[in-house]
Amino acid sequence: MSFFKKLKESIASKTEAVTNVFKEGLAKTRTAFVEKVEELITRRKKIDEEFYEELEEILIGADVGVNTVMKLIDELRAEVKKRKIEEAADLQPVLSEKLVELLKGDDHAELRMAPTGQITVILFVGVNGVGKTTTIGKLAHKFKSEGKSVLMAAGDTFRAGAIEQLEVWGQRVGVDVIKQSSGADPAAVMFDAVQAAKQRKVDVLLCDTAGRLQNKSNLMEELNKIFRVIQRELPEAPHEVLLVLDATTGQNALSQAKLFGEKSGVTGLVLTKLDGTAKGGIVVAIRNELNLPVKLVGLGEKMGDLQTFDSEQFVHALFAGLISRETEEQPPAAN
Amino acid sequence: MAAFESLSNRLQNVFSKLKGKGKVSEADVNDAMREVRLALLEADVNFKVVKDFIAKVKEKAIGLDVSKSFTPGMVIIDIVNKELTELMGGTQAKLAKANKPPTVIMMVGLQGAGKTTTSGKLAKLLQKGNHKPLLVACDIYRPAAIKQLQVLGEQIGAPVFSLGDKTSPVEIAKAGLQHAKDNGNDYIIFDTAGRLHIDEELMDELKRIHEHVKPDEVLLVVDAMTGQDAVNVAQSFHDQLELSGVVLTKLDGDTRGGAALSVKAVTGRPIKFAAMGEKIDSLEPFHPERMASRILGMGDMLSLIEKAQAGIDADKAAEMERKMRTAEFTFDDFLDQMEQVRKLGPLDQIMDMLPGMNKMKGGMKDLKVDEKQIGRIEAIVRSMTKEEKQKPELLNHSRRKRVAAGSGTTIVEVNRLIKQFDDMRRMMKQFSSMMGPKGPKGGKKGLKGMLGRKMKFPF
Repeated sequence: MSFFKKLKESIASKTEAVTNVFKEGLAKTRTAFVEKVEELITRRKKIDEEFYEELEEILIGADVGVNTVMKLIDELRAEVKKRKIEEAADLQPVLSEKLVELLKGDDHAELRMAPTGQITVILFVGVNGVGKTTTIGKLAHKFKSEGKSVLMAAGDTFRAGAIEQLEVWGQRVGVDVIKQSSGADPAAVMFDAVQAAKQRKVDVLLCDTAGRLQNKSNLMEELNKIFRVIQRELPEAPHEVLLVLDATTGQNALSQAKLFGEKSGVTGLVLTKLDGTAKGGIVVAIRNELNLPVKLVGLGEKMGDLQTFDSEQFVHALFAGLISRETEEQPPAAN
Repeated sequence: MAAFESLSNRLQNVFSKLKGKGKVSEADVNDAMREVRLALLEADVNFKVVKDFIAKVKEKAIGLDVSKSFTPGMVIIDIVNKELTELMGGTQAKLAKANKPPTVIMMVGLQGAGKTTTSGKLAKLLQKGNHKPLLVACDIYRPAAIKQLQVLGEQIGAPVFSLGDKTSPVEIAKAGLQHAKDNGNDYIIFDTAGRLHIDEELMDELKRIHEHVKPDEVLLVVDAMTGQDAVNVAQSFHDQLELSGVVLTKLDGDTRGGAALSVKAVTGRPIKFAAMGEKIDSLEPFHPERMASRILGMGDMLSLIEKAQAGIDADKAAEMERKMRTAEFTFDDFLDQMEQVRKLGPLDQIMDMLPGMNKMKGGMKDLKVDEKQIGRIEAIVRSMTKEEKQKPELLNHSRRKRVAAGSGTTIVEVNRLIKQFDDMRRMMKQFSSMMGPKGPKGGKKGLKGMLGRKMKFPF
C-alpha cells in the first residue's frame, strides 16, 4: 500500500473536526504550494536546469530552509539520473516521496508529562513577539479543561505589561499566576513558582519567560539561569522546554532553534500564527537539521485554538493535492 | 544551522577558478549570479523579488567589463550592493509632517511584530526633536496591551490616551484625535491591534479608523525575521490601507533581514525606521546601504563608524590617535579608551556589526565578550601607580605582584594584560600608519587584518 494511502486512512480515523482546523489553517499554503508544483510539472515537460530552479523556488517560497531544499534537489537529481527519468511527469511520485520523507520522523508530538501525582514543569522560550504568553494561556486552558490543576509563572519581568497580560489569561481560564514586580529577577520568580507549585501540589506549572533575541548572550545566560534554578528545585524538571516559533519566521528560525537549544535545552517547538498565509516550512528544516519535533500549533486567536501537532495531518494538509491524486490513480492499478 | 557563508567568500570561490583566464564569460557571470541568488534566498528575500533582481544585476554585469578587474568578485559585489541599496530606497526617507498639526501616524502590522514597543520608541524619537506626541491605545484585544503602552508612555513621559478595552477602536481613535487637538499635541500615534492580513473583519476596522483619522503616515511594522511570507503581508496591508512607510523591527538579532527588500519591492514604500534593541531609544533611521551589506552578509561597518562618531569625544579621539601614532599610548589612555568603547553600547552588539564577526563568535568560545572581565582589567590598571601607568616598562616582577594583590587578580592575569597591551601598542602603530595617506580603504583592510589575525583585544 502506498504511503499516501496509509496516510489517508489513518487520517480518516481521526476526528473530522481537528483535521478541518488543520485544513482550514493551512488552506492557503496547500493550494499555493501544490498548484505551483503541478503547474510546473505540466508546463515544463523536460527536466532541465530551469526546472530544478523553479522547483527550488517553490520550496523556498514555503520557507523550507535553503539548505534543506538544496539537499532535496540534489537527491532528486541523483534519483533522476539513476532511474533515467526524462519527463517531468514521471518525477512527481519521486518528488512526493521525498517531500513526505522530509516531514516524517519519529513522532513525539505528545508532551512529556511527569508521573501522576508529580508536578510537570513546562518552560516556554523564544524571541520577542512570537506568542509565548498567549500560548501559555491557551495551554493552561487546555490542561484545565482536562481537569488538571495548573499554575503559571510570570517570568517575563522585562516587557511592559507582560505580567498583566498573563494575569488576564489567568483570570480568563481560572488559573493562579505567581509573580513578582516588573524588573525582578526572573529566576527568583521561577524559584517562587516551583515552591508554590510544590506546596499547592498542582499538576502542571507553566513558566513564561521574556522574549529575547538569541544572539544576546547576557539574556541567554539569564535564561540558562532560569533553567538551572528550575532544575535544582525539581530534578526532573523542566519536563518540556518549548521554543515558540512564529510561522512567518524565515531562515532565522534555525538560528533560534540552535541557540535556544544550547542555552535552555529545547525539547520541542510550538508553531504559532499558522492561520495566516505563512507556511511554517522552516519547521521542516529544523526537524531535519536539529531533530526537534513540533509539539503544538497555534491556529487562531481563540482559547481553544491550540492543537497538538500531528505530522501526518501536517503532511496531508501541505500536500493534499498530491496525495489525493495518487490515491485516485491507485485503485485502478490495484484492480 | 545554516552556516551563512558570506557572499564575498562564495564569489571568491566562483572566480578563483577564473584566475589567469583573463576574460569572464557569460557562463561565469551566470555562476556568480547563482551564488548571489542563494545568498539572497538565505537572507529570506522573497524568491520572486530575487528573480527580478538577478535579472537586473545580470544585465549590468554582462555589460561591464569585469575581466579588467583583478577581483571580478568584488566588481560583482559592488554592482549587487549598489542595486540592492537603490532598490531599498536609495536615501533615507523622513517622517511626514502635516501642514496643520497634529500629524497623524497609524501603526499597523501582524501580531507580535512590535507595534506597541515601536509606538513608544517613535514617541521618544519625536520628543527628542522637541515634539509633543500623544499615544493612543487602540489595541483592545490583546490582554494588557493598553497597560503596556501606558507603561511605555510613563517611561518616556508621553501622554497615553485610552478609553479602556470596552470601546471600539474606531471610537477611541476619534476621541484620541480630538484629545490631541485640545491638548496641543503636534504628533499623534495610533497603536492598533496586531491582525492577520487575511482577517477581513479586523482589516475592515483598520480601514474605518483610517477614514476617520486621515493619517499622514500609515506605517507597517514588520519583524525583520519574517520569511517568504513578507510579500503577502505587505501587499495585503498596502492594498487595503495604502501604506506610507515601513518600520523594520528586531534588527538587533542575527537575522539577515531580507524581508526588508521584499517589503520594499512589493509596496514601493520606503523603510523609514529600524528598531535595533530593547531600549526605548533604539529606534533609528533606516539606512538602505547598510541593510544591503547586511543582507549580503558583509557586516555593518558603517553603523559602527557612525556610532563611534556619536559616542566618542572627537577631541579625545584625535589626541588618542596622535598618541597611538607616536607610541605614547599609556595605560591611562587605555582606561580612557575602554571608557569610550563602552559608550558605544554592549560589546557584543559592537562585535556583531563587524563583518564576519558573527561567524567568528560562533566558532570561538574565548571571544565571548565578558563585561565582567573588563571590570577586572580596569581593576588591574587602577592598581598601578601613576608612574607605572605612564611607563609600563617599569612593571617588573615585584610590582606586578603588588598590582595583582591590589586588584584581587592573579599575577598571570596581570602578565597577560601587560603582554596584550604591548601587542596592542604595536598593532596600533601599524594600524595608524595604514590609516595615513592611503585613506580609509587601507585602514579598513588593516582593521580587518588586525581583527582577523588573532583577535587580541585585551578584553
